[in-house]
Order: sequence, then C-alpha cells, then structure tokens
Amino acid sequence: MDRLLFGDNQFFGVNHMSEEKARAQQLRFQEIGAVIDVLDAAYDEGVHTFMCTTHDRISLVCDHVRAHPDRYADFKFYPGMPYAHKYANAVTENGMLGAVKRFLPDEGLMDAAIRGGRSMAKKDIEGITTLLIDAEMKMFQGLSTPVIFLQNIVVDLLLGLGFKDAFRIFADHVKSRYEAEPGFITMNMPALLDVLDELGIENPIVCSNINKIGFRMCGGIEAYEAALRERRFRAIAMSVYASGSIPPREAIEWVCAQPNIESIVFGASSKGNIHSTRELVSECWADMAPTPRQLPSEEGPSL
Amino acid sequence: MIKLAVVGLGKMGLSHHAMINAHPDVEVVGVCDSSNYVLGVLNKYTGVNTYTDFDAMLERVDLDAVLIATPSSSHAHMVRAALERDLHVFCEKPFTLSVQDAEALTALGRERGLVTQVGYHNRFVGAFHEVKALLDARAIGDVTHVLGEAYGPVVLKPKGGTWRSQRTEGGGCLYDYAAHVIDLLNWYVGEPVGVGGTVLNKVFSREIDDEVFSTLYFPEGKTGQLSVNWSDESYRKMTTRVTIWGTAGRIYADRQECQVYLRDTAPIPTGFQEGWNVRYTTELTEPVWFYLRGEEYSAQLDAFVQRIKAKRADGLNSFESATMTDKVIAMMIADAEKGASTSAGNAAIASKPARRRGRWRFRRGS
Repeated sequence: MDRLLFGDNQFFGVNHMSEEKARAQQLRFQEIGAVIDVLDAAYDEGVHTFMCTTHDRISLVCDHVRAHPDRYADFKFYPGMPYAHKYANAVTENGMLGAVKRFLPDEGLMDAAIRGGRSMAKKDIEGITTLLIDAEMKMFQGLSTPVIFLQNIVVDLLLGLGFKDAFRIFADHVKSRYEAEPGFITMNMPALLDVLDELGIENPIVCSNINKIGFRMCGGIEAYEAALRERRFRAIAMSVYASGSIPPREAIEWVCAQPNIESIVFGASSKGNIHSTRELVSECWADMAPTPRQLPSEEGPSL
Repeated sequence: MIKLAVVGLGKMGLSHHAMINAHPDVEVVGVCDSSNYVLGVLNKYTGVNTYTDFDAMLERVDLDAVLIATPSSSHAHMVRAALERDLHVFCEKPFTLSVQDAEALTALGRERGLVTQVGYHNRFVGAFHEVKALLDARAIGDVTHVLGEAYGPVVLKPKGGTWRSQRTEGGGCLYDYAAHVIDLLNWYVGEPVGVGGTVLNKVFSREIDDEVFSTLYFPEGKTGQLSVNWSDESYRKMTTRVTIWGTAGRIYADRQECQVYLRDTAPIPTGFQEGWNVRYTTELTEPVWFYLRGEEYSAQLDAFVQRIKAKRADGLNSFESATMTDKVIAMMIADAEKGASTSAGNAAIASKPARRRGRWRFRRGS
C-alpha cells in the first residue's frame, strides 16, 4: 500500500466538526469536475490511491479514469462498501426486489437468482453477501482495486452482533474473485483484531481512527498503542487530525511516530492542503518519496 | 452480568442489539421479533436464543432487563408486561401513544423501584449536553425563546406500507422526528403549559404528517417554536438543532458543535469569554466502550446499564421525562385539529389600523 491514501468524505458533505462546513463542501463538489480537479491535484502530488465509498457519484470518477488511461496509469481505487444510504434510498424508491435488481452484477440474472435464491431459502448469507459485493464492485470494472474495504457501519454492526462468519465470507470472496486484499474499517480496532485473529484472517488490513487525542478510538488510546506495538496487522490511520481539532504538524508527527502504521488516509479540498500534508508526512516518514515534479495542471484532461 | 433481551429487530433494534451485546456487563440471553426469517439467520450465525412470542419469552427466560424497539403502538403492552415481572426497561421513543398509558407505566415503574429509560439519544449528544450545562449555569441569563428544528430526507415521494406511515401505529413526522426536538426543548425549559398554531401537514404521505410546526408556551412567559420536516432532501441525514435566546446571550447547537454568544452582562462560565465561543463535538464527546453509529447511542445504553448496576431509579430520560414529551405530542395533535385560531374574515373586522395602513399605501401608489 502507498503511505498516503486520499479519502473522499470531503466530496460528500461529511464533516464531523461543522454542518455549515459540510454544506459548503456539498455546494463546492456538486459538479463532478470539481471532484476530479482535486483528485488530479492529489495524483500530481504523488498520491495515487483513492480510498472511496461506493456512492453513486463515484461511478462518474470511475468513468473519467477509465476514459483517460494514460493520464491515470498508476491510479488505484480502494473501494469501501457499502454506501449504506444508497441501500436505504433504493429500498424506499424501488422496494426490496427493485433494489436488488438495480444492484445486480452484469453477468446476469441467472447466476444472481441461483446464488441469491438458494442463499435466501437456506438462511445462508454466503450467496447473498457475495452478490451484494459484486453489485458494489460493478462500477469499478476494468479499474485497479487492489484493496477492497468493508465500511465501519457494517464491520462494527457485525462485530457487535457476533456475526463473525460474514468477515470470512467477505475476505474469501474479495480474494478469490477480485484478487484483492480484504480491508476492514472500524471504530473498535482492538476488539476487531481479536475476532479476525480467531477467524484465522492473517495480517489483515485494518483502517481505524488513530489520532493524538484518542477521538473515536474505542477501547481507548492505550489499547490502540498496544495493538500497534504488539499485534500483526497492517494498520491504516484515518481521522489523524480528529476533524481538524489537532494542528496539522502536531497530528502528523504523532501519528508517524507510532509503530507499524503502514498508511495514512486523509481528505483535503485544495491543492495547498494536499501538498502540505504530503510534505509533512514525507518529513516524518523517511521512506516516502519526495514530492514529484508537478505537471502544469492545464495538461490534465478535464471533463 | 445483567441478563437482557432485545425485542424488535428493525433498524433501531438491530443496532441496539449490536451495541448492548458488546457491553462487558451485559449478556443478551434472547432476542424476540415477529420475523422468523431474521431470527433464523441471527440464530444460525450468532447462536443467540430467539423467540417470536414476547409473553412466552418472559415466561421462559430468566431476565433482569428488556430493551424494547418494536413499533410504537406495542410499547405500552410490552412495557407493562415487563414491569409487572420486575424487569428494568429501556424503550425506544416515542414512549407511548397515549398519555394515560404513559402516566400509568411511569407510576408502575416508580412503585416497583425499577430503572426505566426511553431512547431520546439527543440528551446524550455532547453538544446538546453542553447547552443544558450552560442553561443550568444561567450563562445566557433568563431564557426568553427557544427554537427547535429537525430536517431530513425520510419521505420524498408518495408511498406507504410500513407501520411508520400510519398515525395509529406511531408513524409520522410528529412521532418520529418532532418527538426528539420536543424532548430536547422540555429538557431545556421544562414542561410547556400549552401549545398553539400547530400545523401537521402532509407533503407526500397519504395518512400522516410530513411537516410539524407549533408554538410552545412555557411558564414565566417563555415561548418556543418547533419547525420540523422529514421531506427535505437537501439534508443528507436527520439534522437536529436548537437556538436559545436569553437576556444575556444566545446559544446555538447541533450534533457537531455548540456556538455561544455571551453579552457582557452574562455570568461568564469558566473557559468561556464575552462574545463568541465555539465548542466542537471532538472536545465535548466522552469516549464509549463500543462505537457503532454515534457515541450518543452507545452512551444512552451504558447509562441504562450503570443505573441498573447502581440500582438508581432516577436518571436521564426516565419514563417521567418521556411522559412529558408524550403529553406535548398529544397537545399538538389536539391543537392541530382546531385549525387556524384567527381567520381572514374576523381579522378584517377586528383590525382598524390595518385598514388605515392599506389606504395610505393606496394613496401613495396613485
């Protein structure tokens, strides 16, 4: 994995600090061109991995990247599924069946009906789960998706319920069908690691909040520090600024000083912020390549 | 270990189940739902004992507490059955659909010394809690007016079908969205003595309200206004906010932040200054043992558990305070049925000054 991954919360009006700021971001990124401009800025800073939800609008980004293979030769998507609101809305609009049909993968109704129908009848979640994963992956066809994540709302729901088999089903399917590494986003990292260990999912990629003030690090900052020191997993730190409540330098210096963090995922809305985050991280992590020479932005394709 | 059963596995029930199941002091010994299918899947994959009949479950299982998250119309019956067996009860909101039921159940719970709580999770949101602390410290002097708002994208086109689209089952924007805001206002300024000008409007729904507007009258001349709409697509998800005016300042709060303006006449609390002050959720939120969908959902369940452990009947969101919210809802339903209190016709007869203003404008225009 790259040491810096680019997140997508800012594009969808998700802001944990301020509703005003969230709305301003929604306005700003209403046109997909504005999203692509920021992604281009990140790409040109050498941040080549886009960790994104499976929000409908991401499919426009996928189309754009597919249409310009030369511009985005090293562009990688790390999809995180599901975008929960999408399911809720689709069920409201189309009913259960209509929603399932809408999310069916391209390979056709037959396979889906067999996998889904058999699965439903036997109260066996394997078929229906793999079907939903395929549906979510539809928009990324032909694109590079080396890591596929399960979003925290689902991971933590399954973790709380003790629905452990679902993690194994997800991991197996992602590996066999997409030749990708499974990743898990969670707000309860130490507890999740116990369950993944128990299931024999080795050296898992786990993305969780890791920040100096312990914001949304359930189990406590000490347990997180111990896990980073002692356990075998590939950690991705998110919310490193704790929604802007830690000054950037202080936040990055602390995170980079923690042992065994493989990557940091961050969101930014401007070229300046992307650049300064990148500079800060490369100061702290010696193995990060220096910022590449920048292309003049006019050379990039636009929509 | 507190032995608890979860009743109702809808959106709320399932997430409550996940959170409480992860609680170190609780053992979920049963789940109950009317859907055999959901129960079957849950039993197969998690091993939890499942029941389709609530009363039979109470009969058979040794329990300390129940968590009820069924459609609202069934709350009263289930809560009563649980209290009669001396079980502590956490019930989803709204508490009941009848003030009589609410009062009787509150009395029963108190009589038996049981821990009771209703799921008004906003009182566990850091920013809303901060507002309460500021009001208790009289930081903005005497409160004169409160505005409570909630908007979100629930019903965006004509539809129906679930219990949430029927008033008799506890559906509608008033029971679903507005109840949260009413409960917050009650917490901040007490029980209203009356309501007026209530509007329960349909936007897309056939049978129920999608918009709620009302004026609340509190003791000592304080007033409140409620503006709630669950057919507003411009919001990504439910957004609740309150604004409170006082003689010495103003407070605004939503889930993310608490903004306070304090005049020089205010008794400035420690850590605050004259003029603008902002506190963000990151500094106002206490850590929880397990996070699923917001700290407040975890925190309210933990509060319930801690009260049971300490055998403390009083606490935040007890049946008493939820009954107050049920009462205000009942007042609003009654008020809305009356329609406008002043009609265009009698306004014309009563208002001489208005006619004068009209003539003056006419003359100026000519």
